[in-house]
Amino acid sequence: MTTPRTLFEKIWERHTVQVRPDGATLLHVARHLVHDGSRAGFQALTERGLPVRHPERTFGTPDHYVSTASHDLAAITEPYRREMVTALTANAREHGVTLFDLGDRRQGIVHVIGPEQGITQPGLLMVCGDSHTATHGALGALAFGIGASEVSHVLATQTLWQTRPKSMRVAVEGQLGAWVTPKDVILAIIARIGAAGGTGHVIEYAGSAFRAMSMEGRLTVCNMSIEAGARAGMVAPDETTYAYLRGRPYAPQGPMWDRALAFWRGLPSDPGAVFDREVTLSGADIAPMVTWGTSPEDAAPITGDVPDPARAPTAERREAMARALAYMGLEPGTAIAAIPVDRVFIGSCTNSRIEDLRSAAAIARGRKALVPAMVVAGSGLVKAQAEAEGLHTVFLEAGFEWREPGCSMCVGMNGDLVAAGEHCASTSNRNFVGRQGRGARTHLLSPAMAAAAAITGRMTDVRQLMAGAA
Amino acid sequence: MRKFETLEAVAAPLDMANTDTDQIIPARFLWRPRSEGYGHLLFNDLRTNQDGSPKPGFVLDRPACKDAGILVGDRNFGCGSSREHAVWALMDAGIGVVIAPSFGDIFFNNSFKNGLLPIVLPEARCAELRAALARNPGARLVVDLQAQTVTGPAGVNDGFGTDHFDVDPFRKQLLLSGLDDISFTLSQQDLIAAFEAKFAAEMPWL
Repeated sequence: MTTPRTLFEKIWERHTVQVRPDGATLLHVARHLVHDGSRAGFQALTERGLPVRHPERTFGTPDHYVSTASHDLAAITEPYRREMVTALTANAREHGVTLFDLGDRRQGIVHVIGPEQGITQPGLLMVCGDSHTATHGALGALAFGIGASEVSHVLATQTLWQTRPKSMRVAVEGQLGAWVTPKDVILAIIARIGAAGGTGHVIEYAGSAFRAMSMEGRLTVCNMSIEAGARAGMVAPDETTYAYLRGRPYAPQGPMWDRALAFWRGLPSDPGAVFDREVTLSGADIAPMVTWGTSPEDAAPITGDVPDPARAPTAERREAMARALAYMGLEPGTAIAAIPVDRVFIGSCTNSRIEDLRSAAAIARGRKALVPAMVVAGSGLVKAQAEAEGLHTVFLEAGFEWREPGCSMCVGMNGDLVAAGEHCASTSNRNFVGRQGRGARTHLLSPAMAAAAAITGRMTDVRQLMAGAA
Repeated sequence: MRKFETLEAVAAPLDMANTDTDQIIPARFLWRPRSEGYGHLLFNDLRTNQDGSPKPGFVLDRPACKDAGILVGDRNFGCGSSREHAVWALMDAGIGVVIAPSFGDIFFNNSFKNGLLPIVLPEARCAELRAALARNPGARLVVDLQAQTVTGPAGVNDGFGTDHFDVDPFRKQLLLSGLDDISFTLSQQDLIAAFEAKFAAEMPWL
């Protein structure tokens, strides 16, 4: 009888090229994604005169540095940013890497287009020089972020040296309440286990809430695994996964689909598989969440208050909280729903998919934004889909900006910035000091909550705003 | 890659949990070529005001710590973005070792690739070391990778001492030899090619 194995173990073992006696494991990389921040990775290759070992397993798109005002290269006003984008084009051309470049409808945020194109598939080990690569785990892939040196290593060898992480199962059981979204689920998980709670682990998200969750929702949750410190996050593939993948450009077709499907069905963790750690949350207990501090773990329900550092369990935590509140310009005990909002950002690899835009549009429909708000679709195809559904009209009529795909205001490196001191209600993934611009005060929340904040100019319980509405 | 055997240097305490890589080096500097160096940008926004004037008080700007080569941090050091620039900035500023209770995984891996040694010591021990360094500004620690020890300044007890740390044997070997892992992996070509043939046969739809 074979030992029951987890989803993670099955993928890890299938991609193991070599295990050294000291435990270091050489892993094969089935899919490698690159973007306009990958310049240094290519540069090291050029310096050594090495080719890309498997250009056909490498896919790229510019996202971090692109302008969301226009996809004309000239819209990137600073030459150094433009060069990051043109370097990707040149590197892709030189090495024969598939590129979804500016001007191609398939361009977008790398973690949006991987699944969208069917490049991301169950059972594959995938990497990308970006910490939010765990996103792809939503389809049952083992996907994680790497640094520039590792990007070079993968380009040159299609492999990576890793030490085996531990495994953790995070189950969310039961139904989510009205207007409680996958973003709220992951913020609640991080608040529970902490920003280092998953360090050294791969998380498998499980339980009835995940079985009922759409692919877009699973992508949102897995995306923020890194914010809990986890190496990767994943959800076992199921009928939702297969229905999502079928017919996508890079997904298997015809008889190959059936062969792949048979393999995928064997991937979910076996009954009795052992995890190093297990955590369970009740879906019914999760409320719409908002972060008040400068770490994603600093999250509270919209019905709660800004916590008081004086009641922190340790001196170290007390100081960290006090520092965060000073930066955020918040007083302990303030109702979360009383926090003013100066600006709203809906987008990023966390929340820029069609379902996110539908959710935000449902709030914006027939209302007016009180503060500047921008909506940035995750890819050209998401944007086209939203426009086909008329969502852009809803946003524009409500006074939201409707922009071109890119990482935008999540990352403070492409011109989309939050001014110092401004409170930004943001659907992105990091509320770090200075993340959206120097002195910017980021509050992470769901697309629906972000849209609600745009309408009222303060943090707002979307459930109340929509009470009585359809 | 830079070889690492031992380092004796001034150690600076950084009392800041979740020191993310956006703080180590803000995103707006990442386009800069590696050759220009990042040392002067290390913790930029904690050390300078928006107008570029110095913001006093940061530990690495105190006279006793301005030549620090070791940083003793807190939980989840280097979390967040995968930017290797965080490691480059530390190294370019002369930091060769970071000691902390836990690290962001990607930062941890990036460190080894560049010859910066990340050392995990228990949370309480890191807190003791930071307190000892606060009481003894400019104190020097000795890190010996071969022996896997961190030793306090000779003749000073006051919370220092000798600490043993664990390190992955393969990474230790690469660091001690200064061997680059791309060259090492490329020497395993046959193994990789054989694996790829098997993998392609198992998953022909890829």
